[in-house]
Amino acid sequence: MNLDRARAEKLAAFLFLLPILLTLVVFLLGPMLYAFYISFHEFSFMVPKNSKFIFLDNYINLFSDDTFLTALKNTAFYSLGVVPVQMAIAFLLAVCVNSDIKGKTFFRVAFFLPTVTSSVAVSLMFMWMYSKTGIVNYLFSFFGIPAVDWLNNIHFALPALMALAVWTTVGNFMIIYLAGLQEIPKSVYEAADLDGLNAWQRLRFITWPLLKNTTYFVLIMSTIGTFQVFDTFYIITKGDGGPLDSTMTVVLYIFKAAFKHFDMGYASAMAFMLFLVIFGLSIAQRLFFGREEEA
Amino acid sequence: MTRGRGLLYLLLGIYAALTLGPFLWSLSASFKTVEAVSAWPPTLIPRPFTLENYTYLLEKLPFLRWMFNSLVIAGIVTVANVFLNAMAGYALARLRFPGRKVLFWIIIGTMMIPGQVVIIPVFILLSKLGWIDSYAALTIPFLTSAFGVFMYRQFFLGVPKSLEEAAMLDGMGPFQTFFRIILPLAKPVMAAQAIFMFLGSWNGFMWPAMLLSTPAMYTLPVGLSSFQGQYYTLWNLVMAGTMFVTAPVVVVFIIFQRYFIQGVSTTGIK
Repeated sequence: MNLDRARAEKLAAFLFLLPILLTLVVFLLGPMLYAFYISFHEFSFMVPKNSKFIFLDNYINLFSDDTFLTALKNTAFYSLGVVPVQMAIAFLLAVCVNSDIKGKTFFRVAFFLPTVTSSVAVSLMFMWMYSKTGIVNYLFSFFGIPAVDWLNNIHFALPALMALAVWTTVGNFMIIYLAGLQEIPKSVYEAADLDGLNAWQRLRFITWPLLKNTTYFVLIMSTIGTFQVFDTFYIITKGDGGPLDSTMTVVLYIFKAAFKHFDMGYASAMAFMLFLVIFGLSIAQRLFFGREEEA
Repeated sequence: MTRGRGLLYLLLGIYAALTLGPFLWSLSASFKTVEAVSAWPPTLIPRPFTLENYTYLLEKLPFLRWMFNSLVIAGIVTVANVFLNAMAGYALARLRFPGRKVLFWIIIGTMMIPGQVVIIPVFILLSKLGWIDSYAALTIPFLTSAFGVFMYRQFFLGVPKSLEEAAMLDGMGPFQTFFRIILPLAKPVMAAQAIFMFLGSWNGFMWPAMLLSTPAMYTLPVGLSSFQGQYYTLWNLVMAGTMFVTAPVVVVFIIFQRYFIQGVSTTGIK
């Protein structure tokens, strides 16, 4: 009886796990190994047999490729700009929405809406709003700011895309902060009231420190998201990263190398470099937060 | 105190205007004529009000076909994920078999692999299989998700063991126990996961853009981005197209927002 049961459980476990294991092996783990393999080759997509083993050349060439260095610089700039701003707004909005106000559901839905909208739809909406005769220039004209062709200007295209990124992702991180806020027991704040803390002090000395784990999670997710950005850049610049590479990001360049130049070995090497950068950043953030915990 | 409250509403109001504004602005443009959409100074209320942009899109472009493609693909991906992830999550949470821990960590570990690393090999694989430009390319690789499995596992860990013991005493095997007793308990997780998977597939761009090349097979987002290339500055038409992608999602989201926000909360923190 018991032996039958144990056998039945093993069979069930095997069948239940089969679909995920198959898809992971065939479409993720296998391809990752293959990507690693071709990253050491001058890979020919049309005739894979003609591929040439060149060991680390793809990786080494990356560092003398100006486009790659520009893409890396743009991506880092983008991340450094977007991550803190989106975290700050998300945190503030979460605190506001979590307080005792009317119309909570309305605000939550309103703030979250950009997050559930298709990246293509968002890109097209912003392309129109950012155009020379668009609403952004119209609104700015009230402040005496001259009209700019935002997305076709090498100085403004990247910042304009950064604002777009903040707009689309704040809602997601706000909800995560909101979940964290709801786990803080009311009694903590009651004690703070007895001690006579004002609103700012409560925020600074109670809410913020208690949300440290949430902040860590949001920071990691936000950093990864900004380093992997693709859709909006690809749609708005038609995959070109223009004007003049001013919006070229690493993932965009991976695409260009793979599907325009058909240099798939090189593109794979770039993808692994990006993976390494993201992995390194995650570890650095972990160390930073870990050290703070001890202090 | 009241002044603080006023400030709070002001802040929230400003940000709500910032998030809702672009949607309203695009919606209004979709009902405008070409002259009205490029009029200066711009106005919010479409005058004259026209439905021509929508009728044009429906008559001249395969928007309905794209919508159908998107629905089929998102539908298959959603249903498969809701059930297949639940089965795997249950096995990892409750069934006893050798190697359970190792498998769990392997599955979780795959979440760290960025999509960009595997794009090229998957593209090559799917071309070899002759799946480019087919529903198979956009459904079969996406039938399960490690993230979804993790979400279910966390839920099943919290289900009391006594339920399974009672089912066993009634003579139920593990399959019956799972499908009749355990899975019905997971309805809120199933709802959250259904919404996530549907939205992810419906809105997805990178994979379909790479794996589809004939216009008849496009999903809505891919079709929309190609269409924008042709109708570059006819913003009234482009915005009407945008509404095809956005409106269904906004309606679904407003109806199910409770599950959605719960879903983000439960997965975000753990």
